[in-house]
Amino acid sequence: MPAKKITTPLTDEVVRGLRAGDEVAISGVVYQARDAAHKRLVALIEAGEPLPFELQGAVVYYMGPSPAGPGKVIGSAGPTTSGRMDAYAPLLMAHGLKGMIGKGLRTPEVKQAMVDTTAVYFAATGGAGALLSRRIVGNEVIAYPELGAEAIARLEVKDFPAIVVNDCYGADLYEEGRKKYAREA
Amino acid sequence: MSPVRELDVAEITAAVREMCMTANYDLPDDVYEALKTGTQTEESPVGKAVFEQLVENADIARADRVPMCQDTGFAVFFVNVGQDVHLGGGSFEEALNEGVRRGYRDGFLRKSIAAEPAHARRNTTDNTPCVVHTSIVPGDRVELWMMAKGGGAENMSSLTMLKPSQGWPGMVQAVLDTVSRAGANPCPPIVLGVGIGGTIDMVTVLAKKALLRDIGSVPADERIAGMEAELLAKVNLLGIGPQGLGGTQTCLAVFIEEMPCHIASMPMAVNVQCHAQRHKHVVL
Repeated sequence: MPAKKITTPLTDEVVRGLRAGDEVAISGVVYQARDAAHKRLVALIEAGEPLPFELQGAVVYYMGPSPAGPGKVIGSAGPTTSGRMDAYAPLLMAHGLKGMIGKGLRTPEVKQAMVDTTAVYFAATGGAGALLSRRIVGNEVIAYPELGAEAIARLEVKDFPAIVVNDCYGADLYEEGRKKYAREA
Repeated sequence: MSPVRELDVAEITAAVREMCMTANYDLPDDVYEALKTGTQTEESPVGKAVFEQLVENADIARADRVPMCQDTGFAVFFVNVGQDVHLGGGSFEEALNEGVRRGYRDGFLRKSIAAEPAHARRNTTDNTPCVVHTSIVPGDRVELWMMAKGGGAENMSSLTMLKPSQGWPGMVQAVLDTVSRAGANPCPPIVLGVGIGGTIDMVTVLAKKALLRDIGSVPADERIAGMEAELLAKVNLLGIGPQGLGGTQTCLAVFIEEMPCHIASMPMAVNVQCHAQRHKHVVL
């Protein structure tokens, strides 16, 4: 099945059209943010202060790149383990976040928040940072440059390959995929 | 008395700088071949596509001299220092750190080490300090093994102090529990380094040392070879598959290192390694 082409920011209608197991090609802007950036974003929301980017419809990419070599847009740029952002994700979804790109398992609370707020979780291939970096065509640090690889950057992606793991209906590809191939010893 | 060989630690720094870069650009042949095999043996179509991406990713990294993964790792060294070598020109450990500093800077590798882990978590900005396990051995050579150990897989590792009565079945269960709990997180297909015996410190070193082996290598001890084969087969029945998306190839290899332990103990450590099994070896 060919990948579904989707463009950011995401609307509820687009999110409702995505099902666990769908392969997607994402184009548009995604925001790079990992551990330290999430801690700061949540602190801003709790203090009622403005965020460095528009959260409504936004997609975040859990990623901290390696430094860009000469003439390169970005260095190696694959996903990091999403579970470390689980403590922050529900609050961001409650404030408009629609998509997350990462790798690895999410907590039941995060999955429930996706159902409640109509949001989606995509996995990109972990450890394929050289390949994925070729789908990132623009890169601008917009907040916390002092965090280095953990800064927030506005990334322009073109046909970025990912797969829907958790959809807004509560389905989980990690659980379903594993069940399908598990064998008795 | 054997003559003493002089070795300037600057040679160690130069070798380490190079190892850090090539480890991150050039996936070792044994791992590359295992990924290629996976494109044929994996039963899940999604899993097959993951293997194909990983082979292409390794090709791009090698050709473009970019790191295969943005997590360019904690630099971990095992060093055998021949007892007939005299290391001059400065501190041995500082020479290793300087090599890491230069390699991570010149190679455009990510600096991923945080100081004051409990509070400030301040990036040391040069990927130091490295982790060093040194052994004094006969001879007049210095032999270095380097691993770039990513955080995602390291986080999924485990240490279990079993009761001797739990025996081998208890160990098998501990490995399966570790891999099962890790699921998609450590970037499967994984490699497992399993340490058995010793003490809580030694067993984790054994598990890490086990990861220096090449995929496809068979231990001389047939008993250990049988244990490795059994664990590999059982882990691959879990169904986790490449990237945890479901499949038959969760693990590429299991390597065991063991040593005697206290009569009251049965320590076991499982060091989980992602598919980017970056290891390098040089002799000076």
